[in-house]
Amino acid sequence: MSSATFTLLLRSHLPEQCVLSHPEDLRPYECDALSAYRNTPLAVVIPETQQQVKTTLQLCSENRVPVVARGAGTGLSGGALPVTDGVLLSMARFNRILEIDTGNRTARVQPGVTNLSISKAAEPYGLYYAPDPSSQIACSIGGNVAENAGGIHCLKYGLTVNNIQHLEVLTVEGEQLTIGSAALDSPGYDLLALMTGSEGLLGVITEVTVKLLPIPATAQVVLAAFDSVEAAGTGVTATIASGIIPAGLELLDNPAIRAVEKFVNAGYPVDAAAILLCEIDGTADEVSAQIEQVSRVFRDAGAIDLQVSRNEAERQRFWAGRKAAFPAMGRLSPDYYCMDGTIPRKHLATVLAEIGRLSSEYDLPICNVFHAGDGNLHPLILYDANQPGELERTEELGGKILEICVAVGGTITGEHGVGMEKINQMCVQFNAAELTQFHAIKQAFDKQQLLNPGKAIPTLHRCAEFGAMHVHEGKLPHPELERF
Amino acid sequence: MIESFQETLVAAGENATPLSITGGGSKAFYGRRPEGREFCVRDYRGVIDYSPTELVITARAGTPLAEIEAVLAAENQMLAFEPPHFGASTTLGGTIACGLSGPRRPFAGAARDFVLGIRCLNGKGEQLRFGGQVMKNVAGYDVSRTLTGSLGTLALLLEISLKVLPRPETEVTLCRQTTAAEAIVLMNRWAGKPLPLSATCFHDGQLALRLSGTRRGVQAAAEQIGGDRMDPAETFWEDLREHRHAFFTDDKPVWRLSVPPATAPLVLEGETFIDWGGAQRWITTMLPTAAVRAAATAAGGHACRFRSNDREAVFQPLPAGLLALHQRLKHSFDPAGILNPGRMYAEL
Repeated sequence: MSSATFTLLLRSHLPEQCVLSHPEDLRPYECDALSAYRNTPLAVVIPETQQQVKTTLQLCSENRVPVVARGAGTGLSGGALPVTDGVLLSMARFNRILEIDTGNRTARVQPGVTNLSISKAAEPYGLYYAPDPSSQIACSIGGNVAENAGGIHCLKYGLTVNNIQHLEVLTVEGEQLTIGSAALDSPGYDLLALMTGSEGLLGVITEVTVKLLPIPATAQVVLAAFDSVEAAGTGVTATIASGIIPAGLELLDNPAIRAVEKFVNAGYPVDAAAILLCEIDGTADEVSAQIEQVSRVFRDAGAIDLQVSRNEAERQRFWAGRKAAFPAMGRLSPDYYCMDGTIPRKHLATVLAEIGRLSSEYDLPICNVFHAGDGNLHPLILYDANQPGELERTEELGGKILEICVAVGGTITGEHGVGMEKINQMCVQFNAAELTQFHAIKQAFDKQQLLNPGKAIPTLHRCAEFGAMHVHEGKLPHPELERF
Repeated sequence: MIESFQETLVAAGENATPLSITGGGSKAFYGRRPEGREFCVRDYRGVIDYSPTELVITARAGTPLAEIEAVLAAENQMLAFEPPHFGASTTLGGTIACGLSGPRRPFAGAARDFVLGIRCLNGKGEQLRFGGQVMKNVAGYDVSRTLTGSLGTLALLLEISLKVLPRPETEVTLCRQTTAAEAIVLMNRWAGKPLPLSATCFHDGQLALRLSGTRRGVQAAAEQIGGDRMDPAETFWEDLREHRHAFFTDDKPVWRLSVPPATAPLVLEGETFIDWGGAQRWITTMLPTAAVRAAATAAGGHACRFRSNDREAVFQPLPAGLLALHQRLKHSFDPAGILNPGRMYAEL
């Protein structure tokens, strides 16, 4: 069936406003926040009801047309990149919070609801939704589930997979599956875990029930400066060794400190080799006890300067620098390139030293911001795409960095997902038998391979170089969003 | 040893001989009756890697759970999901394959929440590694968590990496006399407040609540909540976790009902022990299966015949669509159907 005929078929089954097919209407859907990759879908369907989603999926599976589901389009790995002969299924109109169950501390929501709006709706009851990816003002909960989104509070509160209870899912044939329940567990296999982070390859999410937690009574931040990255690394391990799980624990190296300080004046000591930001939350008594303890630990680890936030405004100011890290890079350099590897923390100093060595070797500056609590490293390589050969050198350097992450026992992606971007790097992390098992799982859900084809799990034929996120002149799609 | 395991699996596949994987045998009572030839894997044991400051331990599946807990305790850390042992012989592999969690579960997370990575053999004897030893990892499907609680029906677990947590500085247990209905209301009200709770349960007119954290924080929370201090309290929570409490020694079948925590007391003939802040209801009753399942379903949950002589219909039946998906998944891991067939459902 031709694209035009299939579009007519969609139009004959769905209301006028639900199907877009004119080229100018399709353009906004060509890419997600990884704008280096673009495809025009044959049509965009924006359903308003569960029945319309079902109809769309049935038509697609009967006619063997691929389907790519899209939430808010804020993903950084090209997970919502359309396929040219397929339908892009936007869940944007599924934007209602269906129920806040204060007794059971859950929220039942549609997948297009933004992450932050769940916490906003729960706030009057003293509750919130814990995972807080930096794009939380815009990213949708359906997308969060598809990517297993994290945030800066993961070490203490977990990722999306640890904070959801139930999903309504439509299979590619349009069959409805209820996965999980309002109880804490369900009979059978843990399909909730399998669906979370499956990047739209296994089913289309039409409803999500998330857990809500009590809003911590208070939070305070310690800002500690160190004269070596090793000492800051010791500060991190010593904190954990002392029995504290901070709500957030972030590290910035000297190039990153200088870059952000120039940009936002957060009060960071620009001569420090590294700083740590450590947030403690809980009841007033717990926080005061642990802040004292963390301060002691940092001093013992060799902190040369220590500041504790005295009020909410100061806490926000301490964080402002960290949150400005990405935009600050855009001011320093025409282009930057962001990596997303996770490493065991004990290798931090070695990995940073090795990154420093590579930076000199390739003659490209690198700033490091690091979710030190959970080992998630974001090296930002500064380059200029207008200089011949610099982009290629940057990609090669980025590849080397990810190789180091895998070599020390880490992973190629901590929180941005594989999508299109890191599909080749999957070949380094997994062997043929493992990839074959992944494909067999996919087969169990989607026999015709119609859901988000070509993403997340590479075919055995496809093993090439690493890729990563490119930003030209600081212009990330959704520039209004914080990225950290 | 892995090679010999692989040979066993390949041979079983070729001869279509189902295997019943066993570890310490502590949970032999759990699930449907094993059908295959016994395949004991407890000798594949030992801690492989443990870095306390990484909050990760990696051990072979046959490692006794008690050994792991002792290694962690020496560094003042613990398995925060507080797994039940149900005997001295229990292994890490059995613990993760059954996916059971203790009283701390509603506040800290379940077994599956702490699984970071797994090395395993699928039914074809292929050695596979999923996840890893890091906290955040979104590369590939989350197979490690899917294997947790799958009762050995998808893969033979070889090595498991778990997130571990520091032991709290102090714990205090408070109790008060009340009714079941009032206890459920209180447990859920407190769970909605920023308090350092780590367990709440109710039985026989007594509501018990455990606080864990810094001395200062726990002290302040205890004053806010009020009630009598239970001292010592360790045995109380241990007896609940291990089903050594008098409630569980009844001869009647023990049912486990998993329901939304704020569910009002279920009207079922028999004795009830409420744990997990209301989310887990243990019931000893002679009622027919259908009656217990109906009550759990009506509350939005499910019921498992946890300990009983009737080993036929143990877990709540799955709707047709989900069962078919389970069968396809099982087939994707174990096409010959040799791994613990029938242990979870007759159809798997």
